[in-house]
Amino acid sequence: MAVCVAVIAKENYPLYIRSVPTENELKFHYMVHTSLDVVDEKISAMGKALVDQRELYLGLLYPTEDYKVYGYVTNSRVKFVMVVDSSNTALRDNEIRSMFRKLHNSYTDVMCNPFYNPGDRIQSRTFDSMVTSMMIQVC
Amino acid sequence: MESIKCELPLPRFMMSKTDGEIRFGNPAELHGTKVQIPYLITEKNTFKRMDDEDKQETQSPTMSPLASPPSSPPHYQRVPLSHGYSKLRSSTEQMHPAPYEARQPLVQPEGASSGGPGAKPPRHQASLIRSFSVEREPQDNNSNYLDEPWRITEEQREYYVNQFRSLQPDPSSFISGSVAKNFFTKSKLSIPELSYIWELSDADCDGALTLPEFCAAFHLIVARKNGYPLPEGLPPTLQPEYLQAAFPKPKWECALFDSYSESTPANQQPRDLSRMEKLSIKDMADFPVPTQDVTGDDKQALKSTVDEALPKDMSEDPATKSGLLPPPPALPPRPCPSQSEQASEAELHSQLNRAPSQAAESSPTKKDIPYSQPPSKPIRRKFRPENQATENQEPSPTVGGPAVATVKPHPTVQKQSSRQKKAIQTAIRKNKEANAVLARLNSELQQQLKEVHQERIALENQLEQLRPVTVL
Repeated sequence: MAVCVAVIAKENYPLYIRSVPTENELKFHYMVHTSLDVVDEKISAMGKALVDQRELYLGLLYPTEDYKVYGYVTNSRVKFVMVVDSSNTALRDNEIRSMFRKLHNSYTDVMCNPFYNPGDRIQSRTFDSMVTSMMIQVC
Repeated sequence: MESIKCELPLPRFMMSKTDGEIRFGNPAELHGTKVQIPYLITEKNTFKRMDDEDKQETQSPTMSPLASPPSSPPHYQRVPLSHGYSKLRSSTEQMHPAPYEARQPLVQPEGASSGGPGAKPPRHQASLIRSFSVEREPQDNNSNYLDEPWRITEEQREYYVNQFRSLQPDPSSFISGSVAKNFFTKSKLSIPELSYIWELSDADCDGALTLPEFCAAFHLIVARKNGYPLPEGLPPTLQPEYLQAAFPKPKWECALFDSYSESTPANQQPRDLSRMEKLSIKDMADFPVPTQDVTGDDKQALKSTVDEALPKDMSEDPATKSGLLPPPPALPPRPCPSQSEQASEAELHSQLNRAPSQAAESSPTKKDIPYSQPPSKPIRRKFRPENQATENQEPSPTVGGPAVATVKPHPTVQKQSSRQKKAIQTAIRKNKEANAVLARLNSELQQQLKEVHQERIALENQLEQLRPVTVL
């Protein structure tokens, strides 16, 4: 039940951000933005070796009263940020990890498309459908 | 030419295309070349077609997505058909009985025109000029009736394979992303659309296109250029597994033979050609056993003359392919009817057949023919009757000798004569096709040259405009 999924480029601008449409989306955008600081902090704390997926997965970045924000960073410093609703049964860590893994796989598929220029917004329908499935399924 | 043109499913299923045909005139020789260079002409074609397509697309958006009811697109597109188009389709349908049977009942109500054959040649020729777009249209027509527009016909398949080979000589290998990107960008589709097409066709998401993936991508581009909205998902007929299963060469050739055993000569000759091409492609990807037997027989017959190898291969391969299902020595049903049919059209298609067959045969390892056969075509044709007469006699003893115990001499003699005739006809056909291909190539190159000139003029203008600024 990810209510918001965002893909942030290395330079900290969004490549893809999508929220559950019924909510106040600006709030999610702001949460993602503020979470970037936490992500950077965790990355610097981790050091240079980001090979293991465990290290790619950053875990809970910070909780709010309604939502929890999870982070994941790739080896190329592309960040995935996911906002989940706290009111639902707390998702296990593994589920979050699997969701991030799916995100990462879809992201690499988008990268493999020669018509995609790195740094462009992600407009792949496959990626969209995957994110939709994550948003719906978790709910 | 007529037969070949009828063979290639070049009917326009959109009225616009028919108009475009008339606009382009009837250069008979061009269609071959056009096939080779799709993109060069596509731009002009699509540009001219865009006006027509706009009319079409006002209708097409109302069409349901192509993935859904398959029958709707065909009906839809037949609605605006012109008289000429319906004639074309009916004529084409006559040419392609087997796979396009479903079309006939659908088209016949519309295609009430009578002068089908008469109108065919000009229409075909004009349609052929379209090349890139042309091939797609007919294919859509054919497939629409039966299924969706996402089926790849044999001619389209050949074309795609040729294009693939132009980018990557090894059909079993793949095309890298950057190469494919440059190639598909020439189609002048927008980048998001191309990106989406890539997403659909690159099934394994490895950033490279194998041959079936490439065919699927090409086909989607063609469909898109013809105004079809892109599907939500890759249609089942474009899946790589399906494409690989649907178009293995020997099965294809057998299917073609079965389908077209009673078709008109026009079908026969291009079928031979396509069979040859399929054969060559298959050569590269490991012959199955029956094909290997066939090639063994071919080798026997061909060793005598290098020049004769080409026509001989064509004659042998179709003959043997036709008998692929039965073992090669027993060729009875096919050669006789095919010969009688081919005799009438041999001269028209020899050149055309020759070029593609040459291309096809240059790749197979079994052929010793040098690729540069076009210059010696006329000579070869002369030699062919003589050599084939001799060669037919040569294989006949070799075939008759070992086969005496099992095969009677009469069938072999008949086979030889039939093979001879067939070889001549196929060679003539090949030559004609090669001529057509080259002519088309020439026209496309000229168009490309014109475009480049225009670009240059535009750039020079820009430069002049900028010069005073830079000086300051």
